Amino acid sequence: MSDAPRFKNPIVRWVDHRLPIFTFMHHQQVYPTPKNLNYWWNFGSLAGIMLVVMIVTGIVLAMHYTANATMAFDSVERIMRDVNYGWLIRYIHMNGASMFFIVVYIHIFRGLYYGSYKAPRELLWLLGIVILLLMMATAFMGYVLPWGQMSFWGATVITNLFSAIPLVGQSIVTWLWGGFSVDNPTLNRFFSLHYLLPFVIFAVVFLHLWALHHHKSNNPLGIDIKGPQDTIPFHPYYTVKDNFGIGVFFIVFAALVFFAPNFFGEADNNIPANPLQTPPHIVPEWYFLPYYAILRATPDNFIGGWLTSWLGFIAVPAKLAGVILMFGSLLVLALQPWFDRSPVRSARFRPVYKWFFWIILLDAVVLGYCGAKPPEGAYVVIARLAAAWYFFHFVILMPLLSVFERPDPLPHSISEPVLKGSGFALAPAKPMEKA
Amino acid sequence: MRRIIAGCCAAIALVLGTGATSAQDEQAQCIAEIAAKNPLAHQEWDFNSIFGTYDQAALKRGFQVYKEVCSACHSMNLLSYRHLSGIGLSEDEIKAVAASVQVTDGPNDEGEMFERPGRPSDKFHPPFPNEQAARASNNGALPPDLSLMAKAREGGPDHIVGILTGYGDPPACLKMNEGMNFNHGFDAAGFQIAMPAPLSDGAVTYADGTQATVPQMAHDVAYFLSWASEPNLDARHKIGVGTILFLIVLTACFYAVYRKVWSDVH
Repeated sequence: MSDAPRFKNPIVRWVDHRLPIFTFMHHQQVYPTPKNLNYWWNFGSLAGIMLVVMIVTGIVLAMHYTANATMAFDSVERIMRDVNYGWLIRYIHMNGASMFFIVVYIHIFRGLYYGSYKAPRELLWLLGIVILLLMMATAFMGYVLPWGQMSFWGATVITNLFSAIPLVGQSIVTWLWGGFSVDNPTLNRFFSLHYLLPFVIFAVVFLHLWALHHHKSNNPLGIDIKGPQDTIPFHPYYTVKDNFGIGVFFIVFAALVFFAPNFFGEADNNIPANPLQTPPHIVPEWYFLPYYAILRATPDNFIGGWLTSWLGFIAVPAKLAGVILMFGSLLVLALQPWFDRSPVRSARFRPVYKWFFWIILLDAVVLGYCGAKPPEGAYVVIARLAAAWYFFHFVILMPLLSVFERPDPLPHSISEPVLKGSGFALAPAKPMEKA
Repeated sequence: MRRIIAGCCAAIALVLGTGATSAQDEQAQCIAEIAAKNPLAHQEWDFNSIFGTYDQAALKRGFQVYKEVCSACHSMNLLSYRHLSGIGLSEDEIKAVAASVQVTDGPNDEGEMFERPGRPSDKFHPPFPNEQAARASNNGALPPDLSLMAKAREGGPDHIVGILTGYGDPPACLKMNEGMNFNHGFDAAGFQIAMPAPLSDGAVTYADGTQATVPQMAHDVAYFLSWASEPNLDARHKIGVGTILFLIVLTACFYAVYRKVWSDVH
């Protein structure tokens, strides 16, 4: 199947001989895919669709938006009121960001559950983390563009994080701002970068897919493809399955856009930015809340106290410690292929890890909840415990588990349990059998 | 919601009763008691349901309250008179509303600015030329623009009704600042608001014969401000229902195709 196909159309043949784009497309279609992928594997294609939706709506919005501190807010409201279907395009873009993150987070947790990050897919995983970082930067800068109160103060808080860097921090912040506070130059560069980064994401997605197609998809059993009997061609099998997933996903998306478009929004962002008035409670968008909780969880001189006892002279202020931990939370996630040494990929055959997976998922939700609450009272304590567990799980527990856990026996091949119906693998697939 | 939580936290602090003696603590306690006693009352806003649309009679009444009462101090800078077609005013009615204000235009061919009657394409005429003028006329306070008020506060229209019906005598424990008014719907600044009670029974005379009580006018103007902050809601709901019905049919087709294609796999 993977040999160069013969095309009937002479023009196609002529082009393909010079630029084998049709051969390339053919290989995408017949690309052998494990036959046992479940619905959690739909979220990769959903993320791809969301990227396209965001780029298309974003380009249209950019045609009407004015990146100027005195006009940005009104230009967004003009889109909402006077541009034909501007409200629809903006609400799709606004809620699309939330849907994109929901999809990507599910995609990441699917990877964690089924061990998709393990050899030989480490680079695939790392590219995914790079995409996540780029998405976070893009979403953050996009949130600044309407120039409401939360836009402005969110930008102020987040850019100020860089001031925690010793010696050069303040200079870096001034450089990021293009001045001595968040102002028009900041808005202009954020707009420029907000337009640029999605195309960078697109390029990294291409690499992500390239790496994926090289070693093929992982699957719920987490075992390698043994032969053609284990696979089906991507088209039509997974294209039709992805279509169904996209349909269901769009129903949810449309319900949000049409009937609760401000569900994820902050009331304060409907007030134009006012540098002289700080809102009482600055919160980031929901998809940043777990990181925000980690950022605020560090007690004064947390690492500092610990380090000074070892090194005697380095004191790390709480803010810097928070920033280090926040970025560290993504770093330890990126390093999972090396922290988790267990040869078994799928949590189905890892009786202990299976439980810790649900605990770390709950932990992330708790962190998000704490991030939405003011940093006082019990929330601080809970956030600290949850942050500590986060790092404990990824840095200490995962290496230990790979040593002490005794995995269940693995099936011999993907098609074996599927064909013989031996219990576990067949059960979730059963409803699909009858056409 | 925020207010309830704040009230509960303060109530807990009260129970723990760490012998609050300073005047500041007493004020905080007093504010917490007011918050606990006056949770935000939630109304049913019919436009919020899936098939909901704005009731144009209520919109017109609300616009009348805004025009005759609120607009003396509050601007609505994001709206133009032509937008009033959305509350059911005819073209002639809109022209008449617009023409009732004098707008500065120009410069003309002689280089002079001149006054002319407003047109439908003009923005709502602001009561004050700039922020300084607004503050000077209002004891230093700035009446906020109302274009997005129904979306710019937690609670939306409920919050607006809460303020407009929240005036009364301050409890004895609350130390009022000079020139401020007590309002148990205004939690932002310790229930003290610079705006004096704007509505009184019969402040406007409704053309449709509705009794102009304070709660009625508060409801109507909150209704109008909801429209002003979200003028495309009717179209959004209508298109939304069609879109979702279409998507359900499409998804059902996708599912059928999926089952058919996969029937030979296992």
